[in-house]
Amino acid sequence: MSANESTEHTRRDFLYVATGMAGVVGAAGVAWPFIDQMRPDASTLALASVQVDVSAIEPGMSVTVKWRGKPVFIRNRTDQEVEQAREVPLADLKDPAARNENLPADEQATDLARSAGEGKENWIVMVGSCTHLGCVPLGQSGDFGGWFCPCHGSHYDTAGRIRKGPAPENLHIPIFQFVSDTTIQIG
Amino acid sequence: MSAGHSTYSPKTGIGRWFDARLPLPRLVYDSFVAYPVPRNLNYAYTFGGILTLMLAAQILTGVVLAMHYSVSTELAFNSVEKIMRDVNSGWLLRYLHANGASFFFVAVYVHIFRGLYYGSYKAPRELLWILGCIIYLLMMATAFMGYVLPWGQMSFWGATVITGFFTAIPLVGDWIQQLLLGGFAVDNPTLNRFFSLHYLLPFMIAGVVVLHVWALHVAGQTNPTGIEVKSKTDTVPFTPYATVKDGFAMVVFLLVFAYFVFYIPNYLGHPDNYVEANPLKTPAHIVPEWYFLPFYAILRAITFNIGPIDSKLGGVIAMFGAIAVLFVVPWLDTSKVRSAVYRPWYKLFFWLFVLDSIFLGWLGSRPAEGAYVAMAQIATLYYFAFFLILMPLLGLIETPRRTPNSITEAVLAKKKGADATPAGAAAAPETNG
Repeated sequence: MSANESTEHTRRDFLYVATGMAGVVGAAGVAWPFIDQMRPDASTLALASVQVDVSAIEPGMSVTVKWRGKPVFIRNRTDQEVEQAREVPLADLKDPAARNENLPADEQATDLARSAGEGKENWIVMVGSCTHLGCVPLGQSGDFGGWFCPCHGSHYDTAGRIRKGPAPENLHIPIFQFVSDTTIQIG
Repeated sequence: MSAGHSTYSPKTGIGRWFDARLPLPRLVYDSFVAYPVPRNLNYAYTFGGILTLMLAAQILTGVVLAMHYSVSTELAFNSVEKIMRDVNSGWLLRYLHANGASFFFVAVYVHIFRGLYYGSYKAPRELLWILGCIIYLLMMATAFMGYVLPWGQMSFWGATVITGFFTAIPLVGDWIQQLLLGGFAVDNPTLNRFFSLHYLLPFMIAGVVVLHVWALHVAGQTNPTGIEVKSKTDTVPFTPYATVKDGFAMVVFLLVFAYFVFYIPNYLGHPDNYVEANPLKTPAHIVPEWYFLPFYAILRAITFNIGPIDSKLGGVIAMFGAIAVLFVVPWLDTSKVRSAVYRPWYKLFFWLFVLDSIFLGWLGSRPAEGAYVAMAQIATLYYFAFFLILMPLLGLIETPRRTPNSITEAVLAKKKGADATPAGAAAAPETNG
């Protein structure tokens, strides 16, 4: 400050604070669209739901469909496979949660909670991305007869529950429903 | 040896006219002609120059390749094949660029190991070292994104796995991954932004390189003895001595590079990347490029939960920690002696560390099962122990050998030893003869 120093607020003080504030708020305001544009865009979000005709899938068969750029496994399990999954005590599971978005988050990972529900116990619909780092597990393989991820060696059982290996969670079950007896809508 | 006064005196009229207005020739003269360098620099010190050359070469071939490449999941794979088959000399430019990335990393690893061996990170060169670490991080980001562009199977699944690291972060992990990918899986938005950033980052590297060289020229170069320059006899002018030595090293380096480009151009790549990306099918065996393998091994070595941290997050923390630890090396090393030449124990553990890093790299290329996992865990343990236990501890308990009084003394003693003068060898008996 110059010779006539005083504690009075000067016009320069005001300009200093005002410019600084405008700079901070302006920078934050400008930064947001640059971050926002990175998020999934409208066309990506528009692909959020698909319908699949499953009438031709006999027990023991499965199909893989693409949903949101990721594979979704739809499997019509054999009765033995369902039986096998039901016999597993819940204490043996690495991840005790059902990971089923159609059910409450605290649902236990019983075979019923993993399947498509009462009357549709043989059907299982899961996002085919390993919960470790996102590779696609191979069907009907691994130590538990379910799925096996070749990338880092995660084994899933016939209900898609993680049993062995680095993956932390059971394969995720997306929002889906049988819109008719032979059609599944995912998303 | 910090920036002394300039000895540049332009001899021509145009030179004087320029110097009064924009003294760029003076800067170049002072930095790369008259600049004094220690007289005892060996070939390990030529890799900084080689790295600069590789950066320039990568930018040059990259800019040209971008003229023929199409950024779209529909077109990318075929446009790379078009470069290989249709574009005149396209195969050469692409092989130069792909192998150039590998050789860039060869050079940077030699450069980093040289710094660790000769204690180049110690005061007053901590910032110089940290800037180097930043360049290394930027190089890794650039290489990763570049590898996605050909849109082969390894491109796609490598990108899936690496962006998958971020899902290990509690609560916000999935959101961050979607932010990076621009979707729920690797797809067109991902390819687009990776291309944009792959083009940008090399220029950011170039910017940090300028700071790196600036910091180098403020503190001056280290040398194999680790002793600071004390008198004029300790140094020689950059040109011709360092210029020719760097140049010769570049020629030898490029000969090896050319052998790879012309005779085994796909040796360092993966055949799976010549299969177009398929989001529904993962290749049987995903491995990153060789220069990421040690970190990949560390990622997979953490197969157990540590308290509240599950194995997935633990692996990611260990992997990023393996790079982050480099940033604090200047403060982990407690020894007052700079160069490993005079530190018998550090020298031993340093070479063990080099072997350990190579071993980790090999383990990274193996499947993560059976004995490989246990071996990776032991190797990971040593990797961290070297930095976090041995570096601080050795400085306190190790008895270093006597260091010479000056670079000149060290050089003359070595010369005398080489001449095998039997009598009157007054030089320190400890120095190598």
